Amino acid sequence: MSTMLQQAPALVAPPPARTPLARLRWAAADGWVMTKRNMAHVVRAPEEVVIYFTLPIMFVLVFGYVFGSGMALPGGGSYREFLLPGVFAMTMLYGLGATATGVAFDVGRGVVDRFRSMPMARSALVAGRSAADLIRAVLEMSTLVVCGLLVGWQWRNGIGDALAAVGLILLLRFAITWVGIYLGLVVPNPDTVGVIVFPAAFPLTALSNVFVAPELMPDWLGAVSEWNPLSSTVAASRELFGNPGFGGDSWAAQHSLLLAVGWPLVLLAIFVPLSIRRYQKLSR
Amino acid sequence: MTTNDAAIAAEGLRKRYGPRYALDGLDLTVERGVVHGLLGPNGAGKTTAVRILSTLLRFDAGSARVAGYDVVGEADEVRRRIGLTGQYAAVDETLSGRQNLVMFGRLYHLGARQAKRRADELLEQFDLAHAADRSGRTYSGGMRRRLDLAASLILAPEVLFLDEPTTGLDPRSRNDVWDAVRSLVAGGTTVLLTTQYLEEADQLAGRISVIDTGRVVAEGTADELKARIGGDRIEVVVRDAAQLGPAAAVVARIGTAEPELDADTRRVSAPVADRMAALTEAVRELQLAGVVAEDIGLRRPTLDEAFLHLTGHRAEPDVVKETAA
Repeated sequence: MSTMLQQAPALVAPPPARTPLARLRWAAADGWVMTKRNMAHVVRAPEEVVIYFTLPIMFVLVFGYVFGSGMALPGGGSYREFLLPGVFAMTMLYGLGATATGVAFDVGRGVVDRFRSMPMARSALVAGRSAADLIRAVLEMSTLVVCGLLVGWQWRNGIGDALAAVGLILLLRFAITWVGIYLGLVVPNPDTVGVIVFPAAFPLTALSNVFVAPELMPDWLGAVSEWNPLSSTVAASRELFGNPGFGGDSWAAQHSLLLAVGWPLVLLAIFVPLSIRRYQKLSR
Repeated sequence: MTTNDAAIAAEGLRKRYGPRYALDGLDLTVERGVVHGLLGPNGAGKTTAVRILSTLLRFDAGSARVAGYDVVGEADEVRRRIGLTGQYAAVDETLSGRQNLVMFGRLYHLGARQAKRRADELLEQFDLAHAADRSGRTYSGGMRRRLDLAASLILAPEVLFLDEPTTGLDPRSRNDVWDAVRSLVAGGTTVLLTTQYLEEADQLAGRISVIDTGRVVAEGTADELKARIGGDRIEVVVRDAAQLGPAAAVVARIGTAEPELDADTRRVSAPVADRMAALTEAVRELQLAGVVAEDIGLRRPTLDEAFLHLTGHRAEPDVVKETAA
């Protein structure tokens, strides 16, 4: 192999971008390369995706059919129709694990060192991760919607409202991605991250309106549940889909639409700067 | 050569982790087009130095220019001109070899077609074409290291950092890497090679900086470093360990410096001025003293001994074993 090395034509990289516009274009191009990288991971490890889909589908079946027969709704209505928006949001929450593990895996391996020694945009690694996870979330949502339609769930307020509800759910996923990126940077060990995420995510779903209407919980628990960011997205999407079980007397329940936009923005405002600071800290 | 022409010019680099200095005033000048060895034991600061010079790590004091550009103020210019291959293969192991090289090419801002063509060339050159579309996970350690090296060479870098490139490789793969390094340098690339393998530095590097506890303790060619502890040495192995004392007395009379004793191998050695005179004298004197020698010989000092001499301690134990062969 060595004899051929000298024949390699000398390639020269384009000079660094000088203007803000050129920098932005490169940041977008580099971010897209990293997005494709993460998508290629999904293609190369489809079994991970299968496992990842099994959980929400299992929840639909177990809660919808086994426990669901004994579940009551405050205002009446089909429990499975109540359940599906909750499962949508819950699946987005569990995406936290995939994001954090992916980031931790990168940081633990030497590949991030190579990225950082190259003339690529600093933002590309995290931007690519968050874009790829969003694309993945769209695929997951499509699958879940089909799954929901099969078990009798439907949207009742027209396609516009339904898409708005999906938009809110993806906004939550986007915010959660950045929580995951931060987690992955703070705990740079994929195994540890996997162990942390489930115990953190499970109580968050249990203490929400995903499976049980907060009105049916003890007062204090109901209040915690209604203020849960996950609940806001679920309540707002139930309202937009026209599914039963939204509403309630508390301020949080009355303003779920506002909170479903507000909570993710708050999370982003906290975790985007934290993640970027942490990423830059890798050079210390 | 002024420092501006140098491929690498570092002055007074300091990097502190808590109370400990990983680098404690490191000065390093590497001229263009050579392999420069950075030799030192684990924890000497080799990797810290490479990470600073390749813009991965900030430092507390000093300054460094690589390929003529400041590693802090002109990091992007530096990054366009360097390649980095570390101790662990820095590739995406989920992706295939080809996907890796195309991705890195794109991140160097090559066009899509150019990146693909370059990936194909490198796969061919590094004998990876047959595994181009397999996931990196299925690669052997040697293949992964070759892919890593290929990724460092997408742009034919002006300065290539090789941080212990052969650690953990089998002898065949190690020779492959050595060959690749030699032909790169023939093509004009400057290589900074860190290693704890004395043999590797001896084989590849024109100049060697010996570093210990974060600073350069000696610098020169391999021969110069060896010369620092004198020229030829006479070495006597006695049959009976009890005769080490008398043998040492004889060697001391012949040698130009205090003899070194190694009780485990029953070995006495000392530097000598005149090779053949020393040898015949040793044979006669040992016989007179009634010492039964198992082996008497002359040899050049190893880089290992130079290292011991310069730093006051041996290189890593496994390294000594490595180079003993």
